[in-house]
Amino acid sequence: MTSTTLRPGGPLLSGAVYGCLLNVRDELDRLGDAIDEPPYNGAPTGPVLYVKTPNTHIAAGAPVPIPADVDRVRVGASLGVVIRDTLTRADTGQAAAAIAGYTLVNDVTVPHESLFRHPLKQKCRDGFCPIGPWLVDAADLPDPATLSVRAFVNGECRHEAGLDRLVRPVATLLADISDFTSLYPGDLILAGVSPDVPLAGPGDTVAVEIDGLGRLVNPLVRESGHREHTS
Amino acid sequence: MKRARIAFEGRVHQAREDNGRVRLADGRHVAESEVVWLPPVTPGTILALGLNYADHAAEIASSAPNEPMVFLKGANTLVGHRAFTPRPADATNMHYECELTVVIGRPARRVARADAYDYIAGYTVANDYAVRNYLEGFYRPNFRIKSRDNGTPMGPWLADTAEIPDPMDLRLTTRVNGETTQEGTTRDMIFDVPFLIEYFSSFMTLRPGDVILTGTPKGTVNVMPGDEVVTEIEGIGALHNTIVARTP
Repeated sequence: MTSTTLRPGGPLLSGAVYGCLLNVRDELDRLGDAIDEPPYNGAPTGPVLYVKTPNTHIAAGAPVPIPADVDRVRVGASLGVVIRDTLTRADTGQAAAAIAGYTLVNDVTVPHESLFRHPLKQKCRDGFCPIGPWLVDAADLPDPATLSVRAFVNGECRHEAGLDRLVRPVATLLADISDFTSLYPGDLILAGVSPDVPLAGPGDTVAVEIDGLGRLVNPLVRESGHREHTS
Repeated sequence: MKRARIAFEGRVHQAREDNGRVRLADGRHVAESEVVWLPPVTPGTILALGLNYADHAAEIASSAPNEPMVFLKGANTLVGHRAFTPRPADATNMHYECELTVVIGRPARRVARADAYDYIAGYTVANDYAVRNYLEGFYRPNFRIKSRDNGTPMGPWLADTAEIPDPMDLRLTTRVNGETTQEGTTRDMIFDVPFLIEYFSSFMTLRPGDVILTGTPKGTVNVMPGDEVVTEIEGIGALHNTIVARTP
């Protein structure tokens, strides 16, 4: 087993972190007929990306600050796929061969109903994207479709979902993204987050787990008082 | 001062503008056409505003928003001055958008509007191309319309704040093949630059090098392969781009 301890911002994780909306079948099931009604007006034709901006990236074990205006957050348990070779308009074979490895990601998200606009205030708060603890070589993990993702709150497993529930399996997802957005070495792509992941709040400790990738544990803490700025 | 990132003689340089010419750090002057122009910054976060000019909001049949309408882009979409942007074969409306782009200079968290200018490194020009017929209803506008490879030319210069005493009073102009097709002024922004810095920093930390594309006024028209599109902002620079057909 080859694994490397991941440090966000370090050389192994130098790129963008993208999530993908509607890549878990349960998300589509949840929407039901609403997908064809305003404001959505139909299923999207390609992957719908969102960005976990660099201010959100934190390491395993680091506290996630929960801002004063936020009560509870979703524990966004996901498989993270790290890119080794640039993918532009790739096919699934090229995409599969370009994966450096896998890690765990917690896409911490303020619950919200509407999927119409970009969820910046829900997903891009400081510290809202724990990543790690390791990057495991792609060769050392079986086909991700055989794995399942677990979400924990205070040590109790509150949700488990098989990665065979992805709308686009990992290699297909990467290939389809690369039709319009190139993926570069060091970029990290979340395979998808179930709509049924648990909620947690300040004082809770949350974790994401996949067999072979370890467990990503982070405490949620109430953000301390109003700093003027962080310079 | 106006700075640029260019590639010349096998490496990347920081260059500066010297009376309309490109000056390297070693004092040499080089012709604009001799160098490869890179985006003037390599941002961590690329924030972009939609519908931030009332006249453009009306033009694309939407009402003006009550809160900034924001979307994010990836680094894949940035490309420098004098580069090429592909137009997909099935695009029926691909248009440019000339946008004042704010570059953050210091970490900014909970910055008041009155202090916002202290956190700005400078300004550049972005052309925020959209393939409008790809518009869909999830996380709109999504990456397929707004964060395409090479879909966001940026540059040529990063003009520091001393060059631009009032960013809220700049003329924006777009010319297609030499003909003016878009004219506006940053005075007409719905959410101005100090407001945007206060807004974003109220819920996230902005970092040095992060950029905010502040939206475009009316006058966006479809462009075709071969068209040369020049987006210019008074005092900052004229950003050239050429549309090419995307290979099948």
